[in-house]
Amino acid sequence: MAEIVPPLEVHDLTVSYDRRPVLYGVDVVVEPGSLVGVVGPNGAGKSTLIKTIMGIVPPNAGWVKIFGQPYGNAVTRVGYVPQRESVDWDFPVSVMDVVLMGRYGHAGFLKRIGKRDRDIARDCLQKVNMENFASRQIGNLSGGQQQRVFLARALAQESDLYLMDEPFAGVDAATESAIVELLRELKDRGKTLVIVHHDLSTAREYFDKLLLLNMRLVAYGNTEDTFTPELLQKTYGGRLTVLSEVAGATAGRKEYEREATPSHES
Amino acid sequence: MSPKGLRPKSDWRPKCAFLLFACGFWLAFPAVAQAARIGDAIETDWREQALRFLSLRDVAVRNVVLGTICMGISCGLFGGYVVARRLALFGDTLSHAVLPGVALGFLWSHTKNPLYIFIGAAAAGLLGTVVVAWIQKTTRIKEDSALGLVLSGFYAIGICLLTVIQKMEYGDQSGIDSFLFGQAAALSLEDVQLMGVVAFGALVMVILFRKELLLTSFDEGFARSVGVPVEFMRYLLLLGLTFAVVTSLQAVGVVLVSALLITPAATAYLLTDRMATLLILSACFGVAGGVLGAFVSFLGSNLPTGPLMVLACSAFFGLAFFFGPKHGLTARWARLRHRSRQVLLENTLKASYHVLEQNGFATESISIGALAGRRRVSVAEARREADDLLAAGFITLVKKGEPSPRLSQDVLFTLAPSGWERACQIVRNHRLWELYLTNEARYAADHVHEDAEKIEHVLGEDVVRQLERILKNPRHDPHGKLIPSMEDIERMAPRDHAPEPTAGYFRRA
Repeated sequence: MAEIVPPLEVHDLTVSYDRRPVLYGVDVVVEPGSLVGVVGPNGAGKSTLIKTIMGIVPPNAGWVKIFGQPYGNAVTRVGYVPQRESVDWDFPVSVMDVVLMGRYGHAGFLKRIGKRDRDIARDCLQKVNMENFASRQIGNLSGGQQQRVFLARALAQESDLYLMDEPFAGVDAATESAIVELLRELKDRGKTLVIVHHDLSTAREYFDKLLLLNMRLVAYGNTEDTFTPELLQKTYGGRLTVLSEVAGATAGRKEYEREATPSHES
Repeated sequence: MSPKGLRPKSDWRPKCAFLLFACGFWLAFPAVAQAARIGDAIETDWREQALRFLSLRDVAVRNVVLGTICMGISCGLFGGYVVARRLALFGDTLSHAVLPGVALGFLWSHTKNPLYIFIGAAAAGLLGTVVVAWIQKTTRIKEDSALGLVLSGFYAIGICLLTVIQKMEYGDQSGIDSFLFGQAAALSLEDVQLMGVVAFGALVMVILFRKELLLTSFDEGFARSVGVPVEFMRYLLLLGLTFAVVTSLQAVGVVLVSALLITPAATAYLLTDRMATLLILSACFGVAGGVLGAFVSFLGSNLPTGPLMVLACSAFFGLAFFFGPKHGLTARWARLRHRSRQVLLENTLKASYHVLEQNGFATESISIGALAGRRRVSVAEARREADDLLAAGFITLVKKGEPSPRLSQDVLFTLAPSGWERACQIVRNHRLWELYLTNEARYAADHVHEDAEKIEHVLGEDVVRQLERILKNPRHDPHGKLIPSMEDIERMAPRDHAPEPTAGYFRRA
């Protein structure tokens, strides 16, 4: 019997910045066709989880598999929507240029972007209702429109797994409902979506699965099972104080020493 | 926009650039060459000098022009990425950090051999960038301070080494100090050939990797996620930048070379919103500024070439800054002026509406006196405003049988259909917004007027529709006044023929 390969498998993933752990031993297997919301307080490591899965941040330990393969071999099967603040919106590119970037992974290194890529990009712009803005410079757009452009770029990647970092942050109501509709449509087409979200009031309505995260994986499962007062309390009820303090002390010892004796350096 | 128009018309650009470059190479290796240094000019008549320069008769002139063109291309192209990626300070640091390498290259070969100097300078530049990264990684010092540290430290080492060289026996006539302030006239054929190679490399690199360079410059995280070798692209760009800086040193000097990276690209950035166009414009401005600077210097002004090149580039920037069609100061100012004129017109129309409303829409004509009272301005001022409306076709003057009134304040006018429509829109926008603020945003009724005075001029039709939906097509504003709806505007629009004095706009059943 053929086993179904999970689109995303994260095993014992530990990530730290400056030796301060941000994620600690996260294990999760996401089934095909799920619409997963990643929920947790600020600094819980939600974005870090996504970035580590994408290979943007290197993990300290553990591994990630995309459709049973390391990330490098599955580049074209993953679509990504980074946080909107992560780029300079004054950059001299048009909306169309940005959406075409979604095709770069398919075109490959040094290859040209062809007519087919342009057609796909135009279709994707249509799906997010931005086709009239194709030649606009991206800085002349509203926050919601900018988010739609990023979404169109991810759609242009024609992937099977989508990872999105706060696609609902700072968008207008119309864009929010448009995005939700689009996510549902993608899910109905059998795509898998993992979405960082920080608005608890809508999380329950938008996603069929939740991944509750606070440095460690608190819970992962169907929304009705995980959206419970106990689990949410566990997620949002303060950090894992002992863990982060101990980890911080070991990581920071060298720095404390340096601060205590600054005269040696000068 | 038609689908065809969406396609960037970029296909001709690489070919054009290549042709341009081929022409440059053809010029670089002419069969006949008359040896003469650029500084040896005997003629002092500027016309003859200009002719000498433009005809490219002398080898020295030809070297300078070719070198400048290559420099403009390489610095312009890499400068485009420097400006778009916000690496300006980095470029400055790089240009200063190469100086010790120049000196060491000279010490190594004991002559001003461009190749040795090139290798030494490139090594020093790369070492400088490594040190910057290292300081940042291992200490709490931020990027700007790290760059400043390396810039000044390396530069100081370089100056010391240069002084040592000048005191040596073979150092006197080395001309090594041309690296400090630049001396385009001293460019040798080998220098120019090296510059040509770098410029050619820059063109090839930018054309070949334009996709990858664009993506890594715009969104590094995404670039990594689609498998673009981000580190490789970064070091490639760094290497190219170092080469461009090193080969340009002789022409403009260590201190000013960063201006050639930044100024042409910044000028282009003011003029375009597309990366490809920015790169082409940047290279063009670099070439034009360089050649113009060399030309002015050659005319016998006795001014150094490097600073003149930088000044020429800065002059282009100044032009773009003041007269750029989109981001230029003049264009902004004109837009602002147009906007405030519109606001004034709309306010006058609104006041006219208020006058009519005060009479319960019993009459159609408005006197200048009443308008002045409503606008709280002098009669002369109101007359001027009415004249503006007249010029814009929003009102018509009433000319009855009687002799025209001598006093301005008795002059009567009526709103033309377009004026009526615009006036209603503004009043509607104002009152809708007031109602929205009071009902939905829970503002106190006496706080909303000021805000609505500004918002009324900028509300778009779709926002108005949205407000109407939210407020369920209201008829009255918070002060109990009628909000003119779209239907009112159409139904009550005044007819073109002479108005009946008794007919009001709102004839309600």
